Amino acid sequence: MGMAADSEFHVLAVDDSIIDRKVIERLLKTSSYQVTTVDSGSKALEFLGLREDDGINPNTPSVSPNNHRWRLQEVEVNLVITDYCMPGMTDYGLLKKIKESSSLKNIPVVIMSSENVPSRISRCLEEGAEEFLLKPVKLSDLKKLRPHMLRTKIKSHNGKQEPEELGMPDEKIGFPSPKQEEQQQQQPQSKNNKRKAMEEDVSPERTRPRLNGITTMV
Amino acid sequence: MDLVQLQRQLVDYKTSLYNEGFLDEQFTQLQELQDENNPDFVVEVVSLFFEDSERLLNELTKALEQQSVDFKRVDAHVHQLKGSSSSIGAQRVQKVCIAFRNYCEEQNIEGCVKCLQQVRHEYSLVKTKLESMFQLQQQILSAGGSIPM
Repeated sequence: MGMAADSEFHVLAVDDSIIDRKVIERLLKTSSYQVTTVDSGSKALEFLGLREDDGINPNTPSVSPNNHRWRLQEVEVNLVITDYCMPGMTDYGLLKKIKESSSLKNIPVVIMSSENVPSRISRCLEEGAEEFLLKPVKLSDLKKLRPHMLRTKIKSHNGKQEPEELGMPDEKIGFPSPKQEEQQQQQPQSKNNKRKAMEEDVSPERTRPRLNGITTMV
Repeated sequence: MDLVQLQRQLVDYKTSLYNEGFLDEQFTQLQELQDENNPDFVVEVVSLFFEDSERLLNELTKALEQQSVDFKRVDAHVHQLKGSSSSIGAQRVQKVCIAFRNYCEEQNIEGCVKCLQQVRHEYSLVKTKLESMFQLQQQILSAGGSIPM
């Protein structure tokens, strides 16, 4: 993977709040990802190519392809980042549908939520989410996304399922990121046990540091 | 007022907004996302926040005027307002929303009505202050200066 790898990653961001969509879009673009934003779980599934009929869905105003053509199933999505709680789809709904789909289940899903509820966090991780980010999401939080997207690219290369067999490529250090202050990689990600890595990353103890500077929580 | 004085005034003003709790670290994050390719990012996000908040405040007013108040609906609106104020760093608005949600949970109409008044007040304060700040920034830019961040 070369230096241009970041801009090859396409993230689908799902949030019903127009403010949050704008912010997450800017955060992702600043991190050199290509971004598509949608305002609902069902639009996300449409974009990902999961729909009942085979008809071509017309562009809807609430979807902003961000210079991408609306070509279902031709657009590769490397990661889905979604708000936990949106009207119209039950909690975990989008996550579950993606993980239950044979064509989509390998797409890493990251959940965002304004509420730090440990049971919610565990449930999301159990349902297959790679990360749980507390809102408001910071630029530094997005550093956690890259390893998941890299792993998927390598997976499709080798056709291997198990993260244990992949490890992290050495060239991970070389990826430039415009606002990256340090080349720090998430060490736990390269450990063999994915579950353990998740717990290390997103245990309630770990989520607390994110609350520094955020003066309120529910 | 010369450019240097304007810039100093802006820095002082911003500092006071943080000190008085109107803005928090999240607003700083937004500013850091702004660059020469996206020079209006903060103004755009804040404008979306203003529009969205006004819509929500109207919805809240209507919902609380009903004969039989649907607290779930009220809570849903407050949750949205809490989220968006948090996303732009409007700390005082966010704080009132938290209290507001507690009253919703208790189904306490009086508490909710009081909170609505409070949140309207905090919203209009932060709106005025942000608009003043943007005006000051515009003055600096028009005078050929750059915004001290």
